[in-house]
Amino acid sequence: MAYSEKLLDHFKNPKNVGTLDKNKKSVGTGLVGAPECGDVMRLQIEVSEEGVIEDAKFKTFGCGSAIASSSLATEWLKGKSLDEAGSIDNMDIVEELALPPVKIHCSVLAEDAIKMAIKDYREKNGK
Amino acid sequence: MLSLHCICLFKLNLNNEERYMDNNLIYFDNNATTPCDPRVVDAMLPWFYQNPGNAASRSHAFGWKAEEAVDYAREQVANLISVESKEIIFTSGATEADNLAIKGVFEMYSRKGNHIITLKTEHKAVLDACDRVEKMGGEVTYLDVDREGLVNLEELENAITDKTVLVSVMWANNETGVIQPMKEIGEICARKGVLFFSDATQAVGKIPVNPKETGVHLIAFTAHKMYGPKGVGALFVNRKKPRVKVVAQMDGGGHERGMRSGTLNVPGIVGFGKAAEIAKQEMEADAKRLSVLRDKLEKALEERLEEVYVNGSRTNRMPHVTNISFKHVEGEGLMMTFNENIAVSSGSACTSASLEPSYVLVALGLGDDLAHSSIRFSLGRFTKDEEIDRAIDLVANGVTHMRDLSPIWEMYKEGVDLDSIQWEAH
Ligand SMILES: Cc1ncc(COP(=O)(O)O)c(C=O)c1O
Repeated sequence: MAYSEKLLDHFKNPKNVGTLDKNKKSVGTGLVGAPECGDVMRLQIEVSEEGVIEDAKFKTFGCGSAIASSSLATEWLKGKSLDEAGSIDNMDIVEELALPPVKIHCSVLAEDAIKMAIKDYREKNGK
Repeated sequence: MLSLHCICLFKLNLNNEERYMDNNLIYFDNNATTPCDPRVVDAMLPWFYQNPGNAASRSHAFGWKAEEAVDYAREQVANLISVESKEIIFTSGATEADNLAIKGVFEMYSRKGNHIITLKTEHKAVLDACDRVEKMGGEVTYLDVDREGLVNLEELENAITDKTVLVSVMWANNETGVIQPMKEIGEICARKGVLFFSDATQAVGKIPVNPKETGVHLIAFTAHKMYGPKGVGALFVNRKKPRVKVVAQMDGGGHERGMRSGTLNVPGIVGFGKAAEIAKQEMEADAKRLSVLRDKLEKALEERLEEVYVNGSRTNRMPHVTNISFKHVEGEGLMMTFNENIAVSSGSACTSASLEPSYVLVALGLGDDLAHSSIRFSLGRFTKDEEIDRAIDLVANGVTHMRDLSPIWEMYKEGVDLDSIQWEAH
């Protein structure tokens, strides 16, 4: 299976790999997937007072498409409001990375991780 | 004349390595298929244009010549496993031979019984043929294997009933290289009076396989796993003590004594014969060299990395194979870090259309997470010593890189008990 240039670039030079302090009030964390399923994605956002995502980090256990999907997601998240971030659709990721059909679940996972990180932040901050 | 001319040029201009190998890409996927040995290719070439005969053409010299070549190849192939040439049926490969053995025995011995015993770790060609047998009214017992990948002999013996017609146990596993206790199984089958079939695709031509001494009545194997061409294989069927019969699964012109109709693939069979002859001469030396290289690769990775697990028995194993799980790293992702340099395969779900990891590794009791983290390295005759050193660096760096990206590696390092986490399985 041949992967797209964009996917390979995100895989080889993943953006925003790392860990934010999940105990910080301004940080929302999404952890989705399971080791038995072969992919676990952790996506974190740091949100400013004004409700803008200032930083995003990820770590992913998974195949190349899962890593590329999460790397792309963190890039897209930066600078977005929570509502804008929440409207990112997995099919946008599929399109951007030209994911083959068997890898669509990787993009779903990324969307789930985004939603979960936003939810975590909102719950922490009562917003 | 033109073709002859081309062949000469081909030979003059290029040495064997340039002709057949991409020198930068390390090929560690010899269990998937082996490169066709250049000596085999040379033996095959005259059988395309210069000698075009159909081995079944009885009325002219082209046919006679082709038949002679097939007979000679049959001898070479039979000789490799120390059987009579009459006991070899040429097929299109091991898949077809597996199907012929299992369905053919099931149909032939339906009056005696309808029960077949096999292993959960068999190749799909065996498992799916057994599945078909079940659909045709047969009963199949799929035995578990232990942590080492080995069958429990007592369980196997206890599974045999008066309805059992066939025990089907692969000689060596394609994913792990684990070799089953063939002689012991052969003794049980002889004692119980049931036929014993083995898919020996991964063993023939790489380790000594002697069905007569081992008590195996039928054996399936294929040329493209022993440095021969793709699309040609064989089924050995014991002719004496006991005389074993199978029902043909391919109807047609009655080739191969009616056991497998279809015009014989003469160039392929000639190549298969040549590959068998070379294997007979060289397998011992190949095995010795490759086991040293395999052990070196394994040991270096174990030394350089934490949480590395070799899957399956390390003692009852093919000399050129290792299947390793790198914990908390997903196999396909790991492969992508080095697949511009090394070709391997993985037991991870991501390499298949399903989302399930390798059923073979799961049958070993591995746990889905470790099965997802597995890589199979299978070396071969054309593996160069220095490729091992390159591979060690590439793989170790790849694992380290992927672990830096892995949230579960991070948690593991922080001492988080991964089992305590409520995972969002999907
Ligand atoms: C154990 C085993 N059996 C059967 C086969 C199928 O062989 P073939 O490709 O010749 O049909 C293979 C190879 O894929 C194998 O490894």
